[in-house]
Amino acid sequence: MTEQRSDPLLEVENLSVAFGPAKAVDGISFAVAQGEMLGLVGESGCGKSTTALALMRLLRDASLGGSAWLEGVDLLALDEAAMRERRGAAVGMIFQDPATALHPMIRVGDQIVEALQAHLDLPRAEARRRAVDLLRKVGIAAPEERFSVYPHEMSGGMCQRVVIAMAMACSPKLLLADEPTTALDVTVQAQILDLLRGLAREAGMGVILITHDLGVAAGMTDRVAVMYAGEIVEMAATEELFARPAHPYTLGLLRSIPQLDSGWDEPVPTIPGSVQGAERQTGCRFAPRCAKASEACRVPPALRDIGNGHSISCWNAP
Amino acid sequence: MMSDVALEPQVVAPPRRVSAFRRLLRHRLALLALIVLAVLVIGSAGAPWLAPHDPEELDIANRYAPPLTEGHILGSDDLGRDVLTRLMYAGQISLSVGIAAMLVTVIVGFSVGAFAAYYGGWIGVLLMRLTDIMLCFPSVFLLLFVAAFVTPSLASMALMIGLTCWMEIARIVYSQILVLKSADFIAAARMIGTPSWRIVLRQILPNTLAPVLVAATLNTANAILLESYISFLGYGIQPPAASWGNMLTNAQSDFQVDPWLAVFPGLAITLAVTSFNFIGDGLRDALDPRIRDR
Amino acid sequence: MARFLINRLVQSAILLLGVSIVGFALMHLAPGGPLAVYTLNPTVTAQDIERIKVLFGLDQPVYVQYLKWAGGLLSGNWGYSFFGGQQVREIVLDRLPATFLLMGTSLALALVIGVAIGTLAAVRRNSIFDYATAIGAMIALSLPTFWFGLLSIFFFAQTLGWFPAGSMTSMGGGGFLDRLHHLVLPVVVLALVLVAQWSRYTRSSMLDILDQDFVRTARAKGLKSSRVLVNHGLRAALVPLVALAGLQLPLLVGGALVTETVFSWPGMGLLFISALSTRDYPVLMAILMVGAVVVILGNLLADIIIAVVDPRVKLHDE
Repeated sequence: MTEQRSDPLLEVENLSVAFGPAKAVDGISFAVAQGEMLGLVGESGCGKSTTALALMRLLRDASLGGSAWLEGVDLLALDEAAMRERRGAAVGMIFQDPATALHPMIRVGDQIVEALQAHLDLPRAEARRRAVDLLRKVGIAAPEERFSVYPHEMSGGMCQRVVIAMAMACSPKLLLADEPTTALDVTVQAQILDLLRGLAREAGMGVILITHDLGVAAGMTDRVAVMYAGEIVEMAATEELFARPAHPYTLGLLRSIPQLDSGWDEPVPTIPGSVQGAERQTGCRFAPRCAKASEACRVPPALRDIGNGHSISCWNAP
Repeated sequence: MMSDVALEPQVVAPPRRVSAFRRLLRHRLALLALIVLAVLVIGSAGAPWLAPHDPEELDIANRYAPPLTEGHILGSDDLGRDVLTRLMYAGQISLSVGIAAMLVTVIVGFSVGAFAAYYGGWIGVLLMRLTDIMLCFPSVFLLLFVAAFVTPSLASMALMIGLTCWMEIARIVYSQILVLKSADFIAAARMIGTPSWRIVLRQILPNTLAPVLVAATLNTANAILLESYISFLGYGIQPPAASWGNMLTNAQSDFQVDPWLAVFPGLAITLAVTSFNFIGDGLRDALDPRIRDR
Repeated sequence: MARFLINRLVQSAILLLGVSIVGFALMHLAPGGPLAVYTLNPTVTAQDIERIKVLFGLDQPVYVQYLKWAGGLLSGNWGYSFFGGQQVREIVLDRLPATFLLMGTSLALALVIGVAIGTLAAVRRNSIFDYATAIGAMIALSLPTFWFGLLSIFFFAQTLGWFPAGSMTSMGGGGFLDRLHHLVLPVVVLALVLVAQWSRYTRSSMLDILDQDFVRTARAKGLKSSRVLVNHGLRAALVPLVALAGLQLPLLVGGALVTETVFSWPGMGLLFISALSTRDYPVLMAILMVGAVVVILGNLLADIIIAVVDPRVKLHDE
């Protein structure tokens, strides 16, 4: 199949986020194509949420570096007013805890209407109609009645559906989903993720799915980027990554997932050491914990292509 | 009851996030306040040795002297008595009443709150209802009412103020102990047979100390304000004994002749109360585990 | 809602009952009892006192006295002043409007200014404005109200002559402007402490709220800052602020007493002081009860407002 090289929807170049002297994200680059779901995977504190918040410019007291091109505009260089126009309209975000993401004293329907009226010039009646449509679209039964309900009267799963409806209300081209199902029951997780993917496909929306759950990444995404200590260490198409993981960290992660067919007495493999102090490394940040570490690792590696659209940041692998 | 719909145990001080810098500044202010307070206390307690004159010493020739007059650095009053001296002696009374009243509020408030929380049942309900009822009366009204019928003295004033201001501490202690009561480590202590009094002393007291300490400091500030008002009206400390409040009683009539007489006692009160307030605030920052640095 | 109302009304009634008992107890526990002032008067003989006792019904058992007094209060018979003999109800109610005018204006002013300052301080946290207002509030809270009142009279009225030195109107009555002129100083004095409290509390509440998830969501939707602040932020702050207002009532009434004294404002507070000097029990008790009733009703109102505004408050199963 001939591939038409179309411009990526989002192109991030050398993004860095620093809070004072500490760098939470250190020069990462990636791209998201239209209609593509990119998984951003890593353990807590690796900088994946920070990346998303940086793209939305919702971080306080942070100094941003690099650029993030969306629809021909560098999001990081915009002034606040211009960025505000884009939040919700060009790029949307959904967060981890649906119960607290909605204002407890405003009806859910009105919160969606608010999102609509922030960017679209709609009369109230029309906005209301669209909001009800959105509620129906995200799978909420009896949307006309549910319009007037308060968040605390809904379950976590339903709240998250409302949050998704809100984020998609103005048809943004890019959606950032920060651990959208972590706070939900496992059964509900699958439903929400399917909903998300379905909606994204239908709208041709690009999605960055942030998760620490490799299983979720494997099942949902088109491409995956693995982050460690503020850097991307491996990036590839999902199938490729899980079939042929190359970076020692990724290998470690995958190995540490307990398997159904491992013996009872076998210890669960872990990655030795801890991520503490990784940002202070002058060379490769994973080197202290890496079995393949060598002299070469004193120089920080850069992402290099190892074929098949697969890139890793390591001197000694694959 | 009483808008407890949205209240947490510390209604007056919701948890705040304070930057490290602001915290330092707060502490510096609290430190400054501590110094100011120390000066006031030393000035008052040491009045017999430090004061330039005798408080009863009359100097009719020099009455209504403005500040910076020879021999009367802060001026003199209608009978020629030195203002600075009187301020220092008055400080003894005002500060003592404030602190003594605070002790009464702490003792009564703690007892009521602790009993209500620990024993629960109808005693608890009754005690806390009583607290609610007392909170309905504006304390100034109550205080004046009682003060009008009681011969005022340092002790009686401290007692009266104390008995009209203990409710806040009772509430704080009540909610804190209720939380602790269901805490696991208390259950464990009881299971191994620790007698009640010991549990109270070793486990409960230390944990309620912090908010009570803060409330006590702020209560002292309030007590000083109350005493000054009551004495100003003439129902508190009676002349010739001086308190910062009653030094202001004639301020209105004397204003035309010597406006300075109204300034210094009020300034002294403000300094003392501000100090206690800043110290209380500093304590709250230092002791509240819910405050996070940003 | 009806059930909630009834529940709260019953609770308030019980509180009122308790207040009346405590008040009555106070009256009789005072040394010398209600007739103390007579016993101190050497020309009044023991027989006179006996006669007065019977006249005022003071020879009856305590509970009978209480029931008569409480019954009287409810039915509008508040007794007769010990000195002058007029109906207590008339004397007290006559003064009520003046006190309400003072309290109401001060509260309204303090609310607007205090909440504005507190919100601004929260939005610009750690700025010069923030520090300055924090310290200012602290000092304002420490100023003895009566001293501040005195100084303002000295300064603005007697020295500068900008405002009248006291009373509600000029001699011989006055028009609206004249009343306004007289209202300024007392309101400023009373409102100062209130503004300080409101600004501090608003700042605390807003700081907490602005860090909440739903505010982040609102920003992510692309809402204007002002809308986020007011519709989401202040709305959520409404509940704790209204609760504070309820708790602040006793201080407000007490503060009104102090202010009225200093400014010779013809309200209930001033009446209380003059009744105090003549030990006029019936008047004193009536004012004490009115004060308590204002506090109870105010808290009831606060509870109702919170129940209306916050949908999470359970209205049905108490």
